[in-house]
Amino acid sequence: MFSHIRTIWLTFLHLFHKKVTIEYPDEKVKLHPRWRGRIVLTKDPDGGERCVGCYLCAAACPVDCIALQATEDENGRRYPEFFRINFSRCIFCGFCEEACPTYAIQLIPDFEMAEYKRQNLVFEKEDLLINSEGKYPGYNFYKVAGMNAGVKEKGKGEEEEEPVDVFSLLP
Amino acid sequence: MQHVWIVLGVLFVLLNVAAGLIWVERRMLAMWQDRLGPNRAGPLGLLIVLADTLKLFFKEDWIPSFADKKIFVIAPAIVVASVLMSFVVIPFAPGIVVADLNIGVLFFLAMSSLGVYSIVLGGWASNNKYSLLGAMRGASQMIAYEVFMGLSLMGVVMMTGSFRLTDIVEAQRSVWFCFTQPLGLILFFIAGIAETHRLPFDIPESESELIAGFHSEYSGMKFGMFFIGEYLGVTLISAMTVTMFFGGWMGPEFLPGWAWFFIKTFAFILFFILLRASLPRPRYDQLMESGWKVLLPLVLVNILVTGAVLLYLKG
Repeated sequence: MFSHIRTIWLTFLHLFHKKVTIEYPDEKVKLHPRWRGRIVLTKDPDGGERCVGCYLCAAACPVDCIALQATEDENGRRYPEFFRINFSRCIFCGFCEEACPTYAIQLIPDFEMAEYKRQNLVFEKEDLLINSEGKYPGYNFYKVAGMNAGVKEKGKGEEEEEPVDVFSLLP
Repeated sequence: MQHVWIVLGVLFVLLNVAAGLIWVERRMLAMWQDRLGPNRAGPLGLLIVLADTLKLFFKEDWIPSFADKKIFVIAPAIVVASVLMSFVVIPFAPGIVVADLNIGVLFFLAMSSLGVYSIVLGGWASNNKYSLLGAMRGASQMIAYEVFMGLSLMGVVMMTGSFRLTDIVEAQRSVWFCFTQPLGLILFFIAGIAETHRLPFDIPESESELIAGFHSEYSGMKFGMFFIGEYLGVTLISAMTVTMFFGGWMGPEFLPGWAWFFIKTFAFILFFILLRASLPRPRYDQLMESGWKVLLPLVLVNILVTGAVLLYLKG
């Protein structure tokens, strides 16, 4: 009986507690930097696309919402011909970001993507590409990769040795 | 002519209070759960009442094909009608009472017991196992709590010597009965909660086990009638508690009588909502056991002691 009265009193005191409600459209939610929201494609510091069209994100995606087609430019630099994410299927698990070898695909703290038509939730490459380096500023895959794709010569990269001249090893 | 105005005024105020309680309950319940509650529609969210009512009106008014149609339709009206009839005897202020019956307390008890018919008939006519279970629970709960609800008021009646509610209010001019009849007050209030089947004694509807119990088949405005009936019942029990134990319209002079009555009644309505926010629902057998084995003997002891003291004071 006493515990009931105590319960009633303690519940009454909650009238003066701070409310936990966030009045959302007026008051924004605090999103943390690693919050997994809308998916973007980032660019390297020189403004080129980071994506090399390796299909690892599409393979990692558990709901198969990523579709892309890789192609090459005249320098042999790979890039996606189209890159399509169906956000009506996406579950924002972040596996694509983990699978990406070039830090191209990233999840950012933004969830306000409600649409009136479901078809508008299918984002094409021009909707996904952002003019930013995202979470990894200064990273350029083709500067550290061994190949020459028009960004640097073979062997001229950072911490990269010149290719071995196989003929010089001959006796 | 004045009578007609009183009747219309009481009806208008009561129905508006019952509708407004939708907002009050949701806001206060939210506050006690550290939320904000509906605050979007209109100032402070007051228009939620209008929105809720409109929603109820536009819902499909469905009568199940397996239901007993006539009884199904009439059941929700009974609860509202019987509760509104109880308000006939309540004195809201000096002079503002619809019918000042000399058997006011008995009339109130009779009318509030009639409310159980709506539960039983509604549950039976729904022709649904859960509804029937709820109706049976409602019936047995009403019988158990009706008994000592009436008896808990007898202490007050003995001290006043009258069943007329205006006499009872007048008798509290020097000291309110909540000080001389504290046990009667507590027992009446517990019985009142059970009578209106509000939480924590919402055994007939208990949404977690019976899926809304006796009114699970009701939709649209028929459900709305049960809803209004419940809120009217809360108002009735609060008004009755105020009249019987807290001096009715008595209060310091700076406010008129009806204002005091309104303030006191509202405090009890808020207490009803606070109980809903804080207490869990007892099991069905616990409810019946406490009703028959604890509360009924306590009421009888209360009457015995009151009678003994009254006889002793008389000489």
